[in-house]
Amino acid sequence: MAKHKNILPGFNLSLGYTIFYLSLIVLIPLSAAFIKTTELSLHEFWAVVTAPRVLASYKLTFGASLIAALINGVFGLLTAWVLVRYQFTGKKIIDALVDLPFALPTAVAGIALTAVYSSNGWIGAWLEPHGIKVAFTPLGVVIALTFIGLPFVVRTVQPVLEDLEAETEEAAASLGANRWQTFYKIILPAIWPALLTGFALSFARAIGEYGSVIFIAGNMPMVSEITPLIIITKLEQYDYAGATAVAVVMLVISFLLLFAINGLQWWFSRRTNAVS
Amino acid sequence: MSIKTPTQYSSYHTKVARSRAISEPVWVRWLLVALMLAFLTLFLIVPLVAVFTEALRKGFDTYITALIDPDALSSIKLTLIAAAIAVPLNLVFGVAAAWAIAKFEFRGKSILITLIDLPFAVSPVIAGLIYVLIFGLQGWVGSLLIDNDIKVIFAIPGIVLATVFVTFPFVARELIPLMQAQGKDEEEAGLVLGASGWQILWRITLPNVKWGLLYGVILTNARAMGEFGAVSVVSGHIRGMTNTVPLHVEILYNEYNYAAAFAVASLLAILALVTLVLKSLVEWQSARIAGEQEQALS
Repeated sequence: MAKHKNILPGFNLSLGYTIFYLSLIVLIPLSAAFIKTTELSLHEFWAVVTAPRVLASYKLTFGASLIAALINGVFGLLTAWVLVRYQFTGKKIIDALVDLPFALPTAVAGIALTAVYSSNGWIGAWLEPHGIKVAFTPLGVVIALTFIGLPFVVRTVQPVLEDLEAETEEAAASLGANRWQTFYKIILPAIWPALLTGFALSFARAIGEYGSVIFIAGNMPMVSEITPLIIITKLEQYDYAGATAVAVVMLVISFLLLFAINGLQWWFSRRTNAVS
Repeated sequence: MSIKTPTQYSSYHTKVARSRAISEPVWVRWLLVALMLAFLTLFLIVPLVAVFTEALRKGFDTYITALIDPDALSSIKLTLIAAAIAVPLNLVFGVAAAWAIAKFEFRGKSILITLIDLPFAVSPVIAGLIYVLIFGLQGWVGSLLIDNDIKVIFAIPGIVLATVFVTFPFVARELIPLMQAQGKDEEEAGLVLGASGWQILWRITLPNVKWGLLYGVILTNARAMGEFGAVSVVSGHIRGMTNTVPLHVEILYNEYNYAAAFAVASLLAILALVTLVLKSLVEWQSARIAGEQEQALS
């Protein structure tokens, strides 16, 4: 195929401006974090990022994010399934409401969840007699992270479910598969990349989350203190190098996740293209 | 009593068998719908309703008093200023980036797309931190700023910068796939007919992507007005000066002034609901247009 010359104007201007603005707002400031950590020796850096209180915060942040992403994986798939396959009144409103965690400021989500799940809140008061405490415990962190990650799985799985052809399911049924086998062997493999992408997006978002968590977490050192809060605490003590060291650990993990998600999406689009 | 002819009978049976084969029994459907509604009620609806009931718990007068408090009003003003600067900046960037990426081929394009997504992967707290490292007292340009008596951190410019950072990718992300899908035939036709680059942009490209553009602007604005973590790091929490609406909510809440905190929070919740309504309208509108185009083609 002969590639014809692109005649449209504005390439240098638009690409130049894109790179300039990207560097100014994102790349140069982010590089500041990496350069700042060089003020610490490797030994000091290691001491800061593996201090017991910091290690406890990684455990909580990554553990709670993982649990929240798993909950969102299961209920996100369920929500997407119900929204695509079934008809019921108020479906459009429910569909729109799924995006609430994207639209509601995190601080508002934080105080609202705390009010609801604290011991005198609507749900908290009902759980307390059963010995379940949510607010000001690690469980509260899981609840807040589930809230903010909720739309990701629904919104990545929903379009894929919509595009699934009924014929393959009919074929499976006509070959004697029951409904569960059809779901497990036909539908699940088809939506698997989307489900995994949604899960990873939800997990990545949860790791960095701050606003919704700090109100409900109680922020007890070693127990319910998340890593972003450690960074804030160090900043407030003017320990810039220490704050930056912890931030760099989080940045590296976030970047690895971003590349993993991009890889997933590439795999996912290749598979969809191969099918169609 | 009528006897069904064999054809009627078989067609009736095929229909039932078909719907059974690709759908679930009624009780399973009910169970799944109920489970989903229970999940969404616990996580979305109850907290949302709680914002408004907590806000009105001490009566309507307390509610209004919290909203017309001078500190509340100045926080609303600052939030509007930050959004009014961040949204247009990222809008222009989004159009420029989408033009370069969607209409041209160049090396390193996929890396550029990944880099544009970077702010989504960065914790808001870290977004604030990096600007403190540059513009703070001990930062790269800190002494330069002090000499010239310019404040960035603990002042409005820092808040605007942090807001620009966290809302950076929204418009670009909406526009890039949309403009890629539309190709460049129309733009090339315009060029052949003698239109200038700016005329093509204004009269062909932008009208073609206007719903995607609006969608991106709605998302950018919602995040800009609601951002908490990044702004909290750079703001310094000076009442009446550098407090945005979310930060004002936090201060009231930490002072145990719950009714006022929820009253101000209810403004942000209303903003979120308006955002969802606008977003749904834009989605339905663009789905309708896509449907019409499909019909016109077939």
